[in-house]
Amino acid sequence: MSSIISVADLSKTYGSGFKALKNINLDIKRGEIFALLGPNGAGKTTLISIICGIANPSEGKVLVGGENIQTSYRKARSLIGLVPQELHTDAFESVWATVSFSRGLFGKPKNPAHIEKVLKDLSLWDKKDNKIITLSGGMKRRVMIAKALSHEPQILFLDEPTAGVDVELRKGMWEVVRTLQQSGVTIILTTHYIEEAEEMADRIGVINKGEIVLIEDKMTLMQKLGKKRLTLHLQGKLDALPESLSHYELALCDAGATLVYDYDTKGERTGITSLLGDLRTAGIRFNDLDTTQSSLEDIFVDLVRTS
Amino acid sequence: MNHRAIRAIYLFEMARTWRTLLQSIVSPVVSTSLYFVVFGAAIGSRISQVEGVSYGTFIVPGLIMLSVLTQSIANASFGIYFPKFTGTIYEILSAPISYFEIVLGYVGAAATKSIILGLIILATAGLFVPLHIQHPVWMLTFLVLTAVTFSLFGFIIGIWADGFEKLQMIPMLVVTPLTFLGGSFYSIDMLPPTWRTVALLNPVVYLISGFRWSFYEIADVSVSVSMGMTTAFLVICLVVIWWIFRTGYRLKN
Repeated sequence: MSSIISVADLSKTYGSGFKALKNINLDIKRGEIFALLGPNGAGKTTLISIICGIANPSEGKVLVGGENIQTSYRKARSLIGLVPQELHTDAFESVWATVSFSRGLFGKPKNPAHIEKVLKDLSLWDKKDNKIITLSGGMKRRVMIAKALSHEPQILFLDEPTAGVDVELRKGMWEVVRTLQQSGVTIILTTHYIEEAEEMADRIGVINKGEIVLIEDKMTLMQKLGKKRLTLHLQGKLDALPESLSHYELALCDAGATLVYDYDTKGERTGITSLLGDLRTAGIRFNDLDTTQSSLEDIFVDLVRTS
Repeated sequence: MNHRAIRAIYLFEMARTWRTLLQSIVSPVVSTSLYFVVFGAAIGSRISQVEGVSYGTFIVPGLIMLSVLTQSIANASFGIYFPKFTGTIYEILSAPISYFEIVLGYVGAAATKSIILGLIILATAGLFVPLHIQHPVWMLTFLVLTAVTFSLFGFIIGIWADGFEKLQMIPMLVVTPLTFLGGSFYSIDMLPPTWRTVALLNPVVYLISGFRWSFYEIADVSVSVSMGMTTAFLVICLVVIWWIFRTGYRLKN
């Protein structure tokens, strides 16, 4: 798959001397959903702002659809739709007027049929004549998406699209994003909700302290870095682990009622067989067991902690 | 050139004028009418003529300039400051539109509003005093040039301001006093020689003088000097705006 966005050696240093981005290299594939994860202040919004033309880079080069964002900014920007993190809207404009304004700003001729489709897709059609100030937070968020889609972009940046949005609306938003991807739009998503990335993204990028820590296909990432946990529910409570089991890094939980064993799925040997044998030898019986896969959130926390 | 983007910004700004019609148009007309009542009737009854023109008629160009200057600054500064304040500036900055086109949209709308206002005040003045414009083309030229120049100046203030207080500071503390002291209500020839020299340092003197000349062919300074000074201020504003966009000052981090 070809790259629709190519970021090379990008750095950003603010006037205060703070380095928000350090030598970022990133390629976004055409048609994918790319989730950019990172803690607060990691540089996610700065990176998006530079690609979209809102902030100036200090060093490096960004190509959007093969066009340089600085020398061919018209062509580059016309490919992008941006939904920023904050709800920035013209409070006293109607939904229809503000979405039409956005289309004009991007140099597109009037197309009421397209605006109507966008508003209908986002369940905003019945609110088209309402002033934005009268809309709920969730609706305002959808108006922001409608504005970003008004000029039929090939790339959509969603900066924390579901921040402060209730669960039902969030799932509705995910549906919208999936539909957009099916129509060929490339989506770059930043989020704090790991479940959002886990649910939707094709690839994951993790940024921390202005540096890209990792870029990986979501499934590969979860397989590579995922850990599993074996939990044994004991027949009788233990006060302490016997000496013969000390080399397993077991944890005794629930006041000695359960034994927890974390193991690496990528390792050749998980150690489970020998553990079960040693438990039997030590006379420790259990009446149930279960295993759980670590989530993307666990992986993310691990990565950020170690980077 | 992205004509549709310029049009979108221009119409968006003009729509705000119609939405706030009372504030944008009616209020300056009412206050100008009050100037006529106070300065024209009360003071004018004690000053019969200035350079062969009745006092009420004499102050008309100054009153128009007073409103055009202040409204151009207010319209343009608010026009660009408000998107900064609400955050909607992100959309302008991320659109495929050049700096020149952004300025054309905002300043074009602000200047249009001021010109309409100036013409409304002129018509209002015609209800109070007899008017005869000797050089209508020059009158329109000065009107348009002043509206555009001070809209550019207002645009700069709107970019520079990081709060409503700053937005008001320059218009209230600098522009209004300069306009009042710039010969809106008197000829600077009426001042003592020292104060006349000081008054010539005020750029507004040249604007009002040139504008008044287009009405009555009377001027405090020569028309070419007035035109030169106005054009010079226009060029200075353009250079500052070029620098703002080149560096991203107060717009891009």
